[in-house]
Amino acid sequence: MHELSIAVSMVERITEESESRGGLQVEAVHLRLGVLSGVDKDALAFSYEVACEGTFLAGSKLVIEIIPLLIYCDFCEEERAPASIQEIDCPQCHAPSQKILCGKELEVAALEIAA
Amino acid sequence: MSSRPRLIEVRASVLKQNDLLARDLRDRFRNNGVYVVSLVSSPGSGKTAFLEKLLFHLSQKQRVAALVGDLATENDAARLKRATPQVRQITTGTICHLDALMVEKALESWNLEELDYLFIENVGNLVCPSSYDLGEELRIVLLSSTEGEDKPLKYPTIFNGGDVAVITKMDMAEAADFDLVTARRNIQSVRPGMQIFEVSSKTGHGMDAVLSYLQAQMESARMTVQAK
Repeated sequence: MHELSIAVSMVERITEESESRGGLQVEAVHLRLGVLSGVDKDALAFSYEVACEGTFLAGSKLVIEIIPLLIYCDFCEEERAPASIQEIDCPQCHAPSQKILCGKELEVAALEIAA
Repeated sequence: MSSRPRLIEVRASVLKQNDLLARDLRDRFRNNGVYVVSLVSSPGSGKTAFLEKLLFHLSQKQRVAALVGDLATENDAARLKRATPQVRQITTGTICHLDALMVEKALESWNLEELDYLFIENVGNLVCPSSYDLGEELRIVLLSSTEGEDKPLKYPTIFNGGDVAVITKMDMAEAADFDLVTARRNIQSVRPGMQIFEVSSKTGHGMDAVLSYLQAQMESARMTVQAK
């Protein structure tokens, strides 16, 4: 399980973002998590709490948005959503594609701060 | 009375620090003309045996070095040193993957200019290493015939993040009732277009194809750098 390492990196990144904005009182963190990011949502949610302990983020909420897989199909010349991460091909013409447009995200999208 | 919270858009990659360091490492490797290959697989799928064979063959004519990640022991490094002296163990303790910083630290005092190839054997794990860029040029994902042909479907992320796949322990395929056709199809299903090699590190079967592939990749990488 590497979610704790990921959560620690999250806290570091958010601290950086907060400091660059003069210090924020963060109430919630919005994370974009791709289905092909290799990170487990529940394990990350648990690890986030642990990583926040004793930091200015203690008690903050983690809101995770799961980003589905989206590929570009060269044959259909269209963006397509494969059936699953086990079948990375065009659901229409079944051409395989390694042009992954979305699904690998692991990013802090936004911070919710006290008004 | 509570007022509505304010939302500040950030869009910051969580692993930015690792990604930046990996990019620096990649530049350093390229500028020094060393071709860097990492190996990922589950524990026991034959990474070290495969690497031992690669090092043995490559070190006849070229300058090779290896970093090996492991949770606790230094056994792998000791084993690889039989093939080439430039081997360093990265003992991660409880950490289940290597990251760019561990690689950078392990390289200390090595003169990269004096190397043709550097191999990085990741900790045996099919989940965690997938998130971390190590600055390598080529990532090989290994799958042994004894693990079963459905491993790629169970761990699609790590296979999708690899550049080539190597199926190891082919000498045991028959005894393990390994279905090679299905295994190849499953790899293609999670990583379309992936080149697949079949080897037996024990008998040496298939190693020539891997060695020629690496040589061609290394030469083309060097030409790309020189052309710039």
